[in-house]
Amino acid sequence: MSANAKVIEMTNMVSEDGQGLMYEENLLWEKERSDHPGVDLPEPEGAALRIGVEARDADIGLPQVSEPQALRHFVKMSTWNYSIDHGFFPLGSCTMKHNPRLNEKLARLPGFAHIHPLQPASTVQGAFKVMHELQHWLAELTGLPGVCLSPAAGAHGELAGMMTIKRAHEHKGDTSRKIILAPDSSHGTNPATAVMCGFEVRAIPTKLDGRVTVDSFKEALYATCDKGSDIAGMMVTNPNTCGLFERDIVELADLLHKAGGYFYCDGANFNALVGKVRPGDFGVDVMHINLHKTFSTPHGGGGPGSGPICCTEELAQFMPVPTVIEEGGEFRLETEEDRPKTLGRLKGFHGQFGMHVRALAYMMSHGADGLKQVSEDAVLNANYILSQLKNDYHVPYEGPCMHECLITDKHQKEAGVTTLDLAKALCEHGYHPMTVYFPLVIPGTMLIEPTETESKDSIDRFISVMKGFAADVKAGDTEKFHGFPQSTPRRRLDEVKAARNPVLRWS
Amino acid sequence: MRYLPQTKNARSAMLKDIGVSSVDELFRDIPKQAFYKDGDNTLPNHKGELEVERIFGNFANENQAAPDGPFFLGAGVYYHHVPSTVDYIIQRSEYLTAYTPYQPEIAQGTLQMIFEFQTFVAQLTGQEVANASMYDGATSCAEAALMAMRVTKRNKVVLGNALHPDYREVLGSYMGNLGSDLAEGEPDDETACVIIQSPDFFGKPEAYEGWRKKCDETGALLVVVINEIVSLGLLPAPSMADIVCGEAQSVGLAMSFGGPHLGFFACREKFIRQMPGRLCGMTEDADGKRGFVLTLSTREQHIRREKATSNICTNQGLCALAFTVHMSLLGEDGFKRLARLNHEAAIRLADALAKVPGVKVVNESFFNEFVIELTKPSKDVVQALADRGIIAGYALEGNKLLVTATEMTKEDDVETFCENLAEVLA
Repeated sequence: MSANAKVIEMTNMVSEDGQGLMYEENLLWEKERSDHPGVDLPEPEGAALRIGVEARDADIGLPQVSEPQALRHFVKMSTWNYSIDHGFFPLGSCTMKHNPRLNEKLARLPGFAHIHPLQPASTVQGAFKVMHELQHWLAELTGLPGVCLSPAAGAHGELAGMMTIKRAHEHKGDTSRKIILAPDSSHGTNPATAVMCGFEVRAIPTKLDGRVTVDSFKEALYATCDKGSDIAGMMVTNPNTCGLFERDIVELADLLHKAGGYFYCDGANFNALVGKVRPGDFGVDVMHINLHKTFSTPHGGGGPGSGPICCTEELAQFMPVPTVIEEGGEFRLETEEDRPKTLGRLKGFHGQFGMHVRALAYMMSHGADGLKQVSEDAVLNANYILSQLKNDYHVPYEGPCMHECLITDKHQKEAGVTTLDLAKALCEHGYHPMTVYFPLVIPGTMLIEPTETESKDSIDRFISVMKGFAADVKAGDTEKFHGFPQSTPRRRLDEVKAARNPVLRWS
Repeated sequence: MRYLPQTKNARSAMLKDIGVSSVDELFRDIPKQAFYKDGDNTLPNHKGELEVERIFGNFANENQAAPDGPFFLGAGVYYHHVPSTVDYIIQRSEYLTAYTPYQPEIAQGTLQMIFEFQTFVAQLTGQEVANASMYDGATSCAEAALMAMRVTKRNKVVLGNALHPDYREVLGSYMGNLGSDLAEGEPDDETACVIIQSPDFFGKPEAYEGWRKKCDETGALLVVVINEIVSLGLLPAPSMADIVCGEAQSVGLAMSFGGPHLGFFACREKFIRQMPGRLCGMTEDADGKRGFVLTLSTREQHIRREKATSNICTNQGLCALAFTVHMSLLGEDGFKRLARLNHEAAIRLADALAKVPGVKVVNESFFNEFVIELTKPSKDVVQALADRGIIAGYALEGNKLLVTATEMTKEDDVETFCENLAEVLA
């Protein structure tokens, strides 16, 4: 009897290490400083220093733990993360698809991992071949022959692409073009990038069907100059961030080209098109590709990404250096001497080479046939979700959608349940939420991108959870939504407090 | 097709539920001219894992990797040992296949790691705050210059000493893009910042006091660039700088032919609202438990659009994790010891090279790399030694060669290098 009472008492106690499989873990600096580190390094000889400045002898304040403590620290923390490997991750515009482990293994081959970017070309021919082959695949898949692999991420690729456009105008002696057209539904990186190039951004309003119309485009194109000769270019994501293909894209591109502007395509949504449709064939002059979206390199909790750009032959002379070229069977870097009109270098060395290896391995694994199936399944999955949720949630734009579908909280909000509540309810029910409150063109948006690496079964389960939420709201069972999530390692976090009194480091 | 879970049955059932007869109907908004025509696609079809492995194995075997022979190349990318634990942790699904931690309730692992990363970087650089990482040292340096221009509302950047040539080129591209000036020498009262690399590109450690004074006199910010972050275990912390940025590949990351590496960015707290990139901050959850979130995002592109401090979005999250795990293993004593071992390896290399006929060691002071002067053009010497399986260093102009030693450098590597160098120069 007394033993039982003790057990019951124990279960009510949460220890410092957590409860059940829910772990607690403090910061490295809060652990007792071990008298030896988690590496065994040889004793220095004590040679007289030749640094020419005063040595740093004072305590830096770094923590010190043994190897098992360090390992356990990071393993425990890892259990607080949701990941693609755990489950469905329908984050719109982010293409959270399966990350094949083969690619990880290949990038770690000593012949790739332990080579230096400044080694003589004769000692890294295999690495150049990988880059050259990747350039070829990207050129083929986009229909754009100029490829530069160096940008480090999508936003960096945007910068490379927009600088290429700027360079092209400058080369023509045309420095008066200052305006970039961009739909109001565009990614935040688009206007931020345009400004980094010294351009002004003019928003094109998204019309009722979620697209840019020829009329709204013309209005923006000719707003300050009747021939559009102050327009440097346009930045359009296609499919756009409402999940829709810009139907009039060829006409828009023609009008833009006639006005003397260039068409930059944000390639974040290339997963809807890969292997089936080539952006170069709908008027694109330059676009970036997110290798970490379309071509499966891991998102890694926020990078490393890789954002190569692909462009027309006309623009290729202006894009950044370096690229890899072949001359008589020998591969080498193309430099400013080879391509004097280049805008120059935008990244140290040759780009995120480890990501190039992974992306090419993914492309070769899928092949032309597999990549076509990728876009078809991605689009099929998204349309299926849209068709199953359209009676439960407000669908602002009629389908078919492309690889992602857009719904809003319009019906639920009337009962006091918002998009944020629904996102947190998904966290409670074992899902990563979709992208929320983006695009900004209508209130309460939820952008759902299933990707092609989900089975019907997995998608059906998600649909039934989403339908369940809608049914609960409809039945008036709304109170619980404001308290979600309950079962996660932490509940809703106070973001206002974090911003008002920023604590950005341990001290 | 091993990465695709959908079955034929599932596909047709879904098409039926959607109410279309074929998948192509779902693509109907796309103009016909943009589709691949039959036979247009010249790319090969899918391949099995074994076949892909063989192709890449062949590519990899064509390269001469650092473990294959004596290796003395640095110049901004360094060959260091990475403990096994690091690579194990960064391959855990929970870190590898997670997204940017926008949903903090289910991303505390990544967030606490970033908080620890920021703390490590701030401590090493002697700065008050650090961000969650940048793409690499070169872009981090360019972003520092842009931030200095925002803070001072001035348009000119001055290079105080020898900056890494790639960093210089990247800086030039970013600045030229905005029509700003890049100059060399001394700051004046139009200067937004002075950029000092330490050790400089030729390996010489910098003293900061003189530059601090010049900056104070002109109102310019002092930006310090660190290429080899291990040096901060022996060289003075650039705590008197306004911004410290650079490359942290040396801790936790392989050279990987130049990327992915790890840019870092630290500065004084008063500038946080002008910083580029993501920041992680401490807060509490609904139960009052400590937790972490991305914060001050009103600086960032997804909120501020054209008024953002930078367009950066994805950064180098997993590389920051590799760094943080490696730093936690090194600890205070290990990090300082690693720095000493690097310096001593370089001293041994310098002393051995000084005895080679035709070689003169140029640097009086250095951390783990230095310049030697040869009797022949260094470019030719580097190629001749590469043909003998030795990666000799970075060929500077004329007869000068930049060489590096780290804890990886073995005594017999140094001997082989010296013997072969003597023969090539003879």
